[in-house]
Amino acid sequence: MSFIEWAVQASVIIIGLSILIIFLRLVIGPGIEDRIVALDLLSANAIAFIAVYSIQKNTTTFLDVGIIVALLAFLGTVAFGYYLGRRQKHD
Amino acid sequence: MIEILSGIFLLLGTLFILLSAIGILKMPDLYTRMSATTKASTLGIGLVLIGTGIYWQDFGIASRAVAIIVFLFLTAPVAAHIIGRAAYFNKVPLWEKTKTDELGERRDTQQK
Repeated sequence: MSFIEWAVQASVIIIGLSILIIFLRLVIGPGIEDRIVALDLLSANAIAFIAVYSIQKNTTTFLDVGIIVALLAFLGTVAFGYYLGRRQKHD
Repeated sequence: MIEILSGIFLLLGTLFILLSAIGILKMPDLYTRMSATTKASTLGIGLVLIGTGIYWQDFGIASRAVAIIVFLFLTAPVAAHIIGRAAYFNKVPLWEKTKTDELGERRDTQQK
């Protein structure tokens, strides 16, 4: 087992572990803002997971998915922030 | 040689991603959590994507990796700013050991 295979294997395991930890914050997070931050971080971790997975499976197709996930994560966060601001105005 | 360099980049980026995950779990309030996650995860994903681009040694893959990195570096601070500002005006509590609150000391934001 060469060094790059070992590194990719370790990266997949550790990124999966961090996704689990972020899910913990997504579940227990006291307010809706904490959950939005956790969702944002979750999609960022998905991009890193896709990049490492493309090395592990020896295909390059998945990197396009990474671009789309980055776009959608930003749009989702901006939309959540917009509606948080509106909620504060209407109270 | 290239593979060893790529593996080192991957492991460094993974370490930063793990640090950001620990940060979002352990930090005391929303603003410190956002501070930990935004910086560490942006740096970690950048390093992982640089490692991927080095590993494939292909112009198309490298340009995709650079596009994702540039997009993340542009959008992560903007998203964090929007969420932080909305959370502050929704009166999400600060940590009790917070020393300075410059936004709260301004007179034009106190009416809101």
